[in-house]
Amino acid sequence: MDEIDERIIILTQNGIPIKSSPFSDIAKEIGISEQEIVHRLERMISRGNIRRIGASIGHRDIGIIANAMCVWNVPDEKAEDIGIIMASFPEVTHCYQRPRAPGWDFNLFTMVHSYTREDCEEVAARISRTTGISEYKLLFSDREFKKTGVRL
Amino acid sequence: MIVLDDDDKKILNAAQLDFPLGLRPFRELGESLGIDEDEVIKRLQRLQDLGAIRKIGPVINRSGVGGTSTLVAVSVPESRIEKVAALINEYNEVSHNYLRPGRYNIWFTLSAPDSQRIEQIISELGENTGLEFVNLPTERLFKIGVKFDIR
Repeated sequence: MDEIDERIIILTQNGIPIKSSPFSDIAKEIGISEQEIVHRLERMISRGNIRRIGASIGHRDIGIIANAMCVWNVPDEKAEDIGIIMASFPEVTHCYQRPRAPGWDFNLFTMVHSYTREDCEEVAARISRTTGISEYKLLFSDREFKKTGVRL
Repeated sequence: MIVLDDDDKKILNAAQLDFPLGLRPFRELGESLGIDEDEVIKRLQRLQDLGAIRKIGPVINRSGVGGTSTLVAVSVPESRIEKVAALINEYNEVSHNYLRPGRYNIWFTLSAPDSQRIEQIISELGENTGLEFVNLPTERLFKIGVKFDIR
């Protein structure tokens, strides 16, 4: 990424304006064409600097109020295979392996979001049946203190 | 809660992962859904004003822009939750922060140009609160693709 790429990210990371030509203002500000902005964004996606351009949803405000971090205790030697299976569930939006900590035995983390807690519990039960991992917990978020996404 | 009609739902579902990148993205988005550009813009603006959309923009890949991220857990006494959460939020590097039940009750993600910065933040928070922050960096990433199925 060069300086112009960075400026594009900084000028778009809080959201592009919702208007017919959303890149016209930042193109003027940087002093390049709108086409160049689009081209550079495409290049940053293909290089993996950004994952995509898209809408970030205020999921709580539209009724998706059950947000569960499901934590699983998976034997280390099976973690890779099981992680791949867990990630294949469409209801799972994030899936990570993380270290255990003293008093904390859970090493796989999956996020599940839905309209009701029962939905999330049902998904977790299905994942448990499919993978044979029975030691797990659903930690629903009681409050959101911050959600900005990753910023430069 | 925000009430959505069928077209709102169609637009929200498509605008998450299938937002077209081009000079006139809202026209293209509308074309794929059979809704004209003005209507797409009007609806998206309303959805954003109401909070159904937080923003339309790039989703940054921390490791793809030179950097690293982690999940941190901390056990905070009930009476100190507000203050500790606010202290954590002061850091720009904090991208998400939640209250959850259980042994550790505040969970937040940190994203920074390097792991030294992450360690620095965790140690500052430890010093300023007297609490023990547990750093759980990603060992393997299997999936990251937030798409809410809006129905």
